[in-house]
Amino acid sequence: MSALTALIRRDIRIALRVGGGALIGVLFFLSVVVLMPFAVGPDLKLLARLGPAILWLGALLASLLTLDRLFTADHEDSSLDLIVMSRIPLELACAAKALAHWIAAGLPLIVATPVLGLLLNLDTISTAAVALTLLAGTPALTFTGMIGAALAVTLHRGGLLLAVLVLPLSIPVLIFGVAASEAAITGPQTFGAPFLILCALSLFSFVVGPFAAAASLRQGLD
Amino acid sequence: MSIARNAVHDYQDARTLTMSLIDLANPTKFLALTARVLPWLAAITAILLAIGLYQSATAPDDYQQGATVKIMFIHVPNAWLSMFVWGVMSAASLGTLVWRHPLADVAAKSAAPIGAAFTFLALVTGSLWGRPMWGTYWEWDARLTSVLILFLMYLGLMALWRAVEDPSRAARAAAVLTLVGAINLPIIKFSVDWWNTLHQPASVLRIGGSTLDRAFLIPLLVMAVAFTLLFLTLHLAAMRNEILRRRVRSLQMLQANSRAA
Repeated sequence: MSALTALIRRDIRIALRVGGGALIGVLFFLSVVVLMPFAVGPDLKLLARLGPAILWLGALLASLLTLDRLFTADHEDSSLDLIVMSRIPLELACAAKALAHWIAAGLPLIVATPVLGLLLNLDTISTAAVALTLLAGTPALTFTGMIGAALAVTLHRGGLLLAVLVLPLSIPVLIFGVAASEAAITGPQTFGAPFLILCALSLFSFVVGPFAAAASLRQGLD
Repeated sequence: MSIARNAVHDYQDARTLTMSLIDLANPTKFLALTARVLPWLAAITAILLAIGLYQSATAPDDYQQGATVKIMFIHVPNAWLSMFVWGVMSAASLGTLVWRHPLADVAAKSAAPIGAAFTFLALVTGSLWGRPMWGTYWEWDARLTSVLILFLMYLGLMALWRAVEDPSRAARAAAVLTLVGAINLPIIKFSVDWWNTLHQPASVLRIGGSTLDRAFLIPLLVMAVAFTLLFLTLHLAAMRNEILRRRVRSLQMLQANSRAA
């Protein structure tokens, strides 16, 4: 257990220090959201209506952008080999790494959401709803994205291939995330049902993600 | 004594059975066997397809849908195969990950483009049917969206196969992705039951018997069998090509090596 907490603490520390690049995700999130008014026009009513979708899309892209870092840095300095060889099960180690990555790169996105919601003319309740759905949904993005990151690192291919592999898997999260926030803002459906499915997707990805990532690391690293 | 002899006998029986399976998994044996089977399979497929197409063409018009009901005879087999092929690929992926068998890699790799083609045809025929019936080519309902995701995953898988030069390394990565993607299959199957969708629920395979009239059911079943055989034929042919392609590749590598040395 202490090995896992040490791993989490190490990953967070590396991500937040110089060269870690965790906060670049937030900057990217901000840039995507700022780009939107230029694309659809500065109509505040329209922006308020599109707001949840824009925030979710921005968060999805930002978390995709930082996923590349999940295993590559460790692979480059060979600490990934040590993690694979160590006595803690690789599945748990993968889960710990993903958790650390989510804390370092996913949580800042949620913290930034209220500010960005202001830019999109969202009121307090809507912003809170979007932030809540992001809190429930972004772990699923990180944990399913981890599968793609593990594949990419064993193949020595990152970037576009990772995005192509991960994006189809994250479509359900996007659907239910936006559906839950829309339901909270405009109705007429209830907030509960899509939100619970979103939570279920996250819990499901906690199980599938580490196992698939560990399998691909075990099979692929040599 | 006789019990022991029987046990030994059973053991030998089981052993010969597994041996013959292993023999089949030997690429050379596989090539020899498929060379004999393929012409027959292709002929049966062609005959069944001809019968199915004739029956579909002469099937009566639906009282509501008119002649557009005939699109169903193409659409449903394609949609069924789009999922079936992913199932075959998942089984092959298990073979790759558990037994590390090269023939399983070959099976998974050569099935992907065929499955993508079936999925694409299912989407196209569905949207051609949707235009007169629903008044739109595309609707973002659960069944259509999940099949579109399946199509994207086929393309992603093909991109993965093409991104890596070493086939066995690519095979293991693709196997993991295929098994993860298999989660989508039950979602597609039950999407029409779980959500209120525009796409109609299952009517052929359902509890309480099919709701289709025999005039439609029989051509549809013939077409489904014909398309499945078509997939088998194409898949075996593609696997043969892939095995030969790999042999050419390793021969070229040998040649390059001997030249360098």
